[in-house]
Amino acid sequence: MAYQSSIKILSESDIVSARQLGRNIAKKLGFGTVDQTRITTVISELARNIYLYAGKGEIHIELINSLEKRGLKIRALDHGPGIQDIRVAMEDGYSTSGGLGAGLPGVKRLMDEFDLTSTDGKGTTVVVVKWLRGGIG
Amino acid sequence: MDFKQILESGYRELLCRYIEESSEVALYQGQMFGRKSIKQQVSPEEIISIHCKILKDLFPDIRKEILDSFDFLIEFMMNYGLAYHEYQSLKDKQFEIKSEIEMAASIQKYFLGTSIPKQDEVDIGAISVPAKKINGDFYRFVEDEKSISVALADVIGKGIPAALCMTLIKYGMDSLPKSINKPNDVLENLNRVAENNLDSNMFITMFYGVYDFCNHIFTYAAAGHEQGFYFDATSQSFEDLMTRGLVLGVEQDITYEQFVRKVNPGDMIVMLSDGVTESRTENGFIERSIITDLIQTYIHLSAQEIVENIYHDIEKLQNYELRDDFTLIIFKRL
Repeated sequence: MAYQSSIKILSESDIVSARQLGRNIAKKLGFGTVDQTRITTVISELARNIYLYAGKGEIHIELINSLEKRGLKIRALDHGPGIQDIRVAMEDGYSTSGGLGAGLPGVKRLMDEFDLTSTDGKGTTVVVVKWLRGGIG
Repeated sequence: MDFKQILESGYRELLCRYIEESSEVALYQGQMFGRKSIKQQVSPEEIISIHCKILKDLFPDIRKEILDSFDFLIEFMMNYGLAYHEYQSLKDKQFEIKSEIEMAASIQKYFLGTSIPKQDEVDIGAISVPAKKINGDFYRFVEDEKSISVALADVIGKGIPAALCMTLIKYGMDSLPKSINKPNDVLENLNRVAENNLDSNMFITMFYGVYDFCNHIFTYAAAGHEQGFYFDATSQSFEDLMTRGLVLGVEQDITYEQFVRKVNPGDMIVMLSDGVTESRTENGFIERSIITDLIQTYIHLSAQEIVENIYHDIEKLQNYELRDDFTLIIFKRL
């Protein structure tokens, strides 16, 4: 099953559309309610970051199959100002104290894999993966 | 069986018991079980999901709307779960920082360590207690064949920043040539070191004195330091140990005024940091006279016993909450 879908984030209502898309795909893949919610929480967070800091960007959601497992990959990319100090942004208590919700450490916690690339002035790409537990059913 | 499975079967058992008997015992067991699951770092949304699943099994005819409402609750609780995990990781980090500070404190204790001179002519007592783990006060004795020098410094602020500055003064003192031992010369040199190396918002106050025990003459100077006391045994009275001079680290090329005092048998020189005089009780700062009254009370004891007793009394006065580093040194001519 090869499947990919993307949504442009231009306004706050696009955050909801991205969540909906993510939830549909997660459900189809067989994720339980809690994991579905984790996935949508991550999508909200990443989409909100794009909306708040870059103004616009994209969220790509795709199914991934490896030899023994199946999962969902989310890519969030923008061409905004980038994150100046990634270490600080990844610190607990940094974004939450500013009232921004889960923050990047929260995103990392909710997913199984996390990768962040950011170039000052050129934008940010976050790639996260959630694996379906129990392998291919 | 991993904890997730134990959690689900345990939760099911306790929930069923409660539904059946509505007893306090079942509730209590539920609470104890909750503690266990917190220890295993289970998030709240996970519990809700289990609860929902069990309801579905127990009541197959349950209204779909009710089950759906749990999806909403899970979504709602998501950030509580994240906050909980964040709290856990911050707690770990706090523990790490705490042990680092403890290590730093023992390193500091080691290199700032100075032994109190024992002498037939003059009895010396000294105590220095940090408000936090790390001390921003510093005292040091240097002895030679005819005199004992005493240095007492207090860095503005407390804790780690103050301790870092303290090392500067310690090494500044260590690297002074032996020929520089007059109090005003020492302060002038250390001022230069501090001025060259400290940020403009950091400064240090310092008292430096040399007790010549052959002639019983005390020579001293201070840089913006809290004034000590002089106890005159003949008149049985205290007076302030007057000094004048700007704090260290603010301006280049400052000269310090030096004072000389003849010390008679029974006289005492009391040196302190502002943590002593700026002790606070419920009624505000303590009066300087409280310190002199306390010294009077313990005057028959040895210098070391006097400083220790005063520390304990003032600690008690402040409800055992030290707000600033506390250093008290007494020289008593025998």
